[in-house]
Amino acid sequence: MLLLSSRAQHTTMTREEIGNGSEDMVIDECEPEGRERNSVPDEFNANYLKVYYGKLFPHADIFKWISYGNDGKHPACDQSYFSRREFSYTLDNDIYLRYQSFNSASELENSIKEKCPFKIDIGPVYSVDPAKRHAYAQTGDNVFTPVERELVFDIDITDYDDVRYCCSGADVCLDCWPLMTVAIKVIDTSLRDDFGFNHILWVFSGRRGVHCWVCDGKARRLTNEQRASIAEYFRVYKGNENSLKKVSFTGLALHPFLARSYSEVLKDFFKSKLLLSQKLFSTEERYEKILEMIPDESITSELRGKWQENKRSSISKEDTNVVRWQQLKHILQSGRPKAQGLRRCVEEIVFSFTYPRLDMEVSKHMNHLLKAPFCVHPKTGRVCVPIDPNCCEEFDPTAVPTLSKLLEEMNMGTLRADVDNEWDRTSLGKSIRFFRSSFLQPLLKSCKEEIENSYNAKLQHSKNSMSW
Amino acid sequence: MEIYGYQRKALHSDAISTLPLYRSAPPLDVRLEDFELFAIDRLRVLKGISDGLSRGKKPEEIDNLAKDLWKANMRHPEASEVVNKDIISHFVLRLVYCRTEDLRKWFLSMETALFRYRFRLESAEAQRALMAEFDLPYKAVSNSEFESMKDNLGQVARSIGQPLTPADTKFYTVPFEEVPELVAGRRVFVHKGHAYVAMNQVVSLVATQFRSHLSKALILTNRKWTSSIREQEKDRLTPIVEALCTSYLGPDYSEPREFAEISIRDIDQIAMSSFPLCMRHLFEKLREDHHLKHGGRMQLGLFLKGVGLKLDDALAFWKAEFSQKVGAERFDKEYAYSIRHNYGREGKRTDYTPFSCQKIISSTPGVGDHHGCPYRHFSEENLRAALGKMRVNSRAVEDVMDKVRNRHYQLACTLTFEAVHGTSCDAGINHPNQYFSESQKVVQSKVSI
Repeated sequence: MLLLSSRAQHTTMTREEIGNGSEDMVIDECEPEGRERNSVPDEFNANYLKVYYGKLFPHADIFKWISYGNDGKHPACDQSYFSRREFSYTLDNDIYLRYQSFNSASELENSIKEKCPFKIDIGPVYSVDPAKRHAYAQTGDNVFTPVERELVFDIDITDYDDVRYCCSGADVCLDCWPLMTVAIKVIDTSLRDDFGFNHILWVFSGRRGVHCWVCDGKARRLTNEQRASIAEYFRVYKGNENSLKKVSFTGLALHPFLARSYSEVLKDFFKSKLLLSQKLFSTEERYEKILEMIPDESITSELRGKWQENKRSSISKEDTNVVRWQQLKHILQSGRPKAQGLRRCVEEIVFSFTYPRLDMEVSKHMNHLLKAPFCVHPKTGRVCVPIDPNCCEEFDPTAVPTLSKLLEEMNMGTLRADVDNEWDRTSLGKSIRFFRSSFLQPLLKSCKEEIENSYNAKLQHSKNSMSW
Repeated sequence: MEIYGYQRKALHSDAISTLPLYRSAPPLDVRLEDFELFAIDRLRVLKGISDGLSRGKKPEEIDNLAKDLWKANMRHPEASEVVNKDIISHFVLRLVYCRTEDLRKWFLSMETALFRYRFRLESAEAQRALMAEFDLPYKAVSNSEFESMKDNLGQVARSIGQPLTPADTKFYTVPFEEVPELVAGRRVFVHKGHAYVAMNQVVSLVATQFRSHLSKALILTNRKWTSSIREQEKDRLTPIVEALCTSYLGPDYSEPREFAEISIRDIDQIAMSSFPLCMRHLFEKLREDHHLKHGGRMQLGLFLKGVGLKLDDALAFWKAEFSQKVGAERFDKEYAYSIRHNYGREGKRTDYTPFSCQKIISSTPGVGDHHGCPYRHFSEENLRAALGKMRVNSRAVEDVMDKVRNRHYQLACTLTFEAVHGTSCDAGINHPNQYFSESQKVVQSKVSI
């Protein structure tokens, strides 16, 4: 328990805890005024990380999650399950360690604390302990191969660079982040309503995107082909430098999944948020990009004519973007009989800008590694915290706690007798509590039931086969 | 009561399918003549379907074609023997068509098409029984459930351009992971983990199962044939089996034709007049770059062999090109061997056969490759330019592009042939060497006039 009465005492205690950094550096980090003198980035460094893994990272929760109920307490537990899971570490200096595996929670915890990896990835559960993989063949019966892996998705805002004007590259702001929010809503709804999955964890990737972990047993046992089929079901945008129109709806109607996404999420988001935050029609370059998606010269020249005129006389009080979108919609959706390519042009435009863009390769392969939740992003220092899909509009990527902030909170927090965990004094507490109540507990309950049911079924079966 | 019972029994047996799955060879006695005759009759059906498919007939037309062919050829004076004829003829043809990859592929496609047509005709009960045989975990959707789902199901159908008709009320549910292709294409309604599959989609899935079972069976049959049957039956069945095959498959162009003995002097001119687009493209690229990657060397090299280019001429031809890029010495060291290999003069001395259209179409050229079928792999722009260079008129170009869009690549090539030569080609193009020989026929006939 840290007793914080004077600064000097505080400094000494911290120094003891960390123990391996240079003394000068330690003192500097603790004093806010001294920060400007540092050449180390404010948000992230190895020493902070050491403290983080020592006091804040939820080792036990990660273990419980990844064990999926196989904690040895029930006779039907698979004792080898946790040790067949691959973890990988990215250490300082980009040293990469694959096929790490552990036999217990404490082994995992000690390893992380000792190696202090800048990034931890979670891989699949293999047929045998990855540490023993060289003893097994690649083909045939006695094989080293993935047998279980969460269904995962990775959405990165840089994949939307061609449709966001506020930022580019690694930056993200509150004008473009809502694209991620929309992606979460569309995919989460479909995973639950269409595919029947229940145990879904959404995580901030630490800088500019989100990851999704679908952890139902059925999801973990999907083959690569089945994963690919779900990813394809979600794919709409088929971008390529040569095609002008990257979204194309040719049928007589939209598939119910797309129709629902449009009417419940995308249409409104485009009209009320994106149109304005990205000023999609405000310059010629920007509106030309949209006009390119309309395969009808007469319509595009009509609109172009209107808007070129409009530039000179902007008397209207209404926002230009709103006005122009209305005009475009009116022409495309008015009574005129529509040529084939125009029937769903408005939807195509909305989808081009707003519909989720997934990284297909991440989802298709069981052996794809994905960063673990609660890691810290080395470039931003932000923690990869879970996101609640039910109120994802409230999530602010620029307000996610950073490593340095957490350590500050930890050190300056007042003494609280009712707090068991260090993280509860910090803004990380909220995230961990959410992780437990919304995700971990329901998941473990369901896993236990599954284990018990299959155990009872086996017992019943052997009883039956023994009956006279 | 008894009479009623008897009648009911008769009705029940009608519901049982007469569509065999050909799981195992039946323990029947077959007369030697029937062995051959039954097989020939079935082959007429399969060949007829094959012709229909390569002419790009629509599925409904194929159905009618299959129906007529079956009726005409697969009858038997004794009604009870009809099913036996069906089964026996299938198993005899397995022996005939198991022996090479191309034969197996053809047989699989035709038998699957035939199966698909016959499955569609079966009663709902019979279809369910067949699906159960394949271990497909489908549950029929009750009328009440259908009513509640109707809007969504209708919407999915419209989204894939196959709107439901009042007759389309048969739907099945299956766990979504059982139908990955349908899910990937958003061709089914998915709800709470269940996919709602329409009848015509079920047919596809059953047909896929049928095909995969048959494919495995053919491999096993081939093994048995080569290891024991062929030798055991060398005085009785083997000659029949071997004759059946060669009489019904088109020439494979492994023996060069006399009239097409081309010399390297004329080759440029002949390429312009008689090569199909795929080979023209490779040929031009070879002239341009003085190099072709492996896929291109195989495709063009074997084609030239089939066209009548002798080994020595071939070596001279390739050397003349390649040495401009890699030097004569390197050519001799690295490339000459594989040319001789293609002609069966090296290694295991297999005399490789030139690639058929089917094989070329299914290849996957990568970066820097120029092989494959241009109708499949070229962008629209490039294809139009290539056809323009071949002096195909704009009306014909549009027809060709239409075929390409519908993925009828061989028909596109046939139309190109017709436009370039000003004659019709009823047989349809199945093989680049066929294009060449047909073309030469036209060219020669014009010359002799």
